[in-house]
Amino acid sequence: MKEKKNKYSVCIKPKNRLLELNLKEVWQYKDLIWLFVQRDFKTKYKQTILGPLWFIIQPLFSTIVYTLIFGTIAGLSTDGTPSFLFYLAGNVPWLFFSTALQNTSNTFVTNANVFGKVYFPRLVSPISTVITCIINFLIQFGLFLVVWLCFFFSGANVSLSWAAALLPLLIVQMALLGFGVGIIISALTTKYRDLQVLVTFGVSLWMYLTPVVYTASSLGNGLFYNAVMCNPMSPIIEIMRYGWLGSGSIPWLFWGISWAVTLVVLFLGIIIFNKVEKNFMDTV
Amino acid sequence: MDSEKDVILKISNLKKRYRLGVIGGGTLMADIQSWWARIRKKEDPNAKIGAKTYGKNETFMALDGIDLTVYKGERLGIIGHNGAGKSTLLKLLSRVTGPTEGEIGLNGRISSMLEVGTGFNPELTGRENIYLNGAILGMTKAEVDKKIDQIIEFSECSKFIDTPVKRYSSGMYVKLAFAVAAHLDSEILVMDEVLAVGDMKFQQKCLNKMSEVSKEEGRTILYVSHNMSTIRQLCSRCVVMDHGKIVFDGEVEKAIEKYLDIVSNEAPYLNLENEPRLSLNEGIKVHLLETAYVDRDNIRFSKKEKQVVRLKWKNEADVSNLCLRIEVLKRDRTPVATAMLYDFYAGKNGDCGTVCVEIDVSTLIPGQYTTIYTMFQKDSKGSTVNLDNVNGLSFEIVQEDDDIVWDERNWGSIRLPDLKIK
Repeated sequence: MKEKKNKYSVCIKPKNRLLELNLKEVWQYKDLIWLFVQRDFKTKYKQTILGPLWFIIQPLFSTIVYTLIFGTIAGLSTDGTPSFLFYLAGNVPWLFFSTALQNTSNTFVTNANVFGKVYFPRLVSPISTVITCIINFLIQFGLFLVVWLCFFFSGANVSLSWAAALLPLLIVQMALLGFGVGIIISALTTKYRDLQVLVTFGVSLWMYLTPVVYTASSLGNGLFYNAVMCNPMSPIIEIMRYGWLGSGSIPWLFWGISWAVTLVVLFLGIIIFNKVEKNFMDTV
Repeated sequence: MDSEKDVILKISNLKKRYRLGVIGGGTLMADIQSWWARIRKKEDPNAKIGAKTYGKNETFMALDGIDLTVYKGERLGIIGHNGAGKSTLLKLLSRVTGPTEGEIGLNGRISSMLEVGTGFNPELTGRENIYLNGAILGMTKAEVDKKIDQIIEFSECSKFIDTPVKRYSSGMYVKLAFAVAAHLDSEILVMDEVLAVGDMKFQQKCLNKMSEVSKEEGRTILYVSHNMSTIRQLCSRCVVMDHGKIVFDGEVEKAIEKYLDIVSNEAPYLNLENEPRLSLNEGIKVHLLETAYVDRDNIRFSKKEKQVVRLKWKNEADVSNLCLRIEVLKRDRTPVATAMLYDFYAGKNGDCGTVCVEIDVSTLIPGQYTTIYTMFQKDSKGSTVNLDNVNGLSFEIVQEDDDIVWDERNWGSIRLPDLKIK
């Protein structure tokens, strides 16, 4: 009879509390997160000829295209830095952010099958997706480093500043922002499939509101500049370029706003995700 | 219930409500349109023409107030017709979806196998999938490491363990998936008919493994199935569900009877004239009219008693070399034994006949039985032609006080005459 009065170790109730995060439980499933990451890497390029080379082909070729179109044909200013390096420095972080966002936004739809059959903390899936993207980014950043060294030793106009050391902070911020936006969309796509279409389209528009293919300084100092810099991704790309190429400056104020936006989005995302995850199987 | 046992799972007043009809328009735009139309009290532009409009209150209770307490080490079977709410209950237990009302309290980890091989990735090898599937089901990597050899051995796939599972046969796939689940450490194991897929030998192996973990390690198993023989083999207790409610909770055999909805006929007399016929190819040639146990007012027999059955019939054609067969079946209609009487009658069309036969049931174990009476003729090749075929009287063999309790699961349904020393 003693046992009966004891509290149960798990109690399943109709509603989650608003902020019932249960990070401890997510931590218990850390092996699963890691296995998901491994799975994503192992299966991504199975049965392809180039295999892992695909990791760097994507940023390399899109950067070449940007260099040709925006650099050579349109002749946009790159603040005096080598244009290929300039576009690569913007493109690599942008690719990281956009894939993190897009892949997490598909969480519920792509995993509906597994989620419908077995329980594990649902946050495990988007977290493992973002970790996969971070590793992807590090590989692609390796490519950037190689290219950077080539330019540096050939005496091109590049200079390393102390702000290059901010890179880890930038990675964390992009991961959190992509994750936050991604899970908000994933929670909404359980009911509204429009957002799935909107994401692909929206992300490519978002890129043009971010100084990836142009410099922030080319926008002047007016309203347009302020508007673009309010986009939380803009200061990140700017700091990246300032740190590694020595062009532009660090927009401290906008970076602060960018962090504030990141944290608010993350917070909102977790709340919405939490609210949806329990019963999403009934609506998906 | 024994109150000293530990409660491992307690469900109180559990309800799950589903809304009928289409949920939302499916697109944000359509939802906004519908909402705008409702505000202006106009017709919903997205409602299908002629479709029944479901109001907000038109809902469907998949589970309608379930109360259930499960004790440690129990093997609980859950049976019920399709739509009774079995799978919804398992879904709530495995936290795939949340309840509308009520509460579930668990003591310990719960692992669910609502499907075999959840999360298996076809590109990964068997070994990699063991780790992945194990982690999805709640094991840590270290736990899988400890058990990987056992799992591979149990799966009978050791030769193919480093081959991608997309090259596996479906049988191997299932075996591997089940092997992982069978080695979980969780205190509660939830299974939804997953055994139905393997071959008989592997099914048996799984059932034995399940019984073993439950008996030796005191783990609790909740098992849903439509296969009564696996329920019989595995479960120590059984609940029957119907329309979202538990309608029976208790002994396995009683639950199966309840589920199969067997109405027992207690009368020692039956009018057979208008009963439905079972399997007749050429119509009734010998029409059985009535049957009765001679000189009895009940259907309970001790095994020492001889049953005497009287049958009356009317010939619908000229017959000769008439034979009688009495098939004895269990209440769920599993055949147990058959007795015959050969060439006992010949007669003209329109005649009536009567026969009294004695059946020796001393080899049947205690329990409830039903019978089928068949009038037939042998043809020259030794096969039979049925002339009439109808459900007959039921009877019960009573357990005698001084007799040992028969372990039917392992000993079978026939007790041969006792051994003699020679």
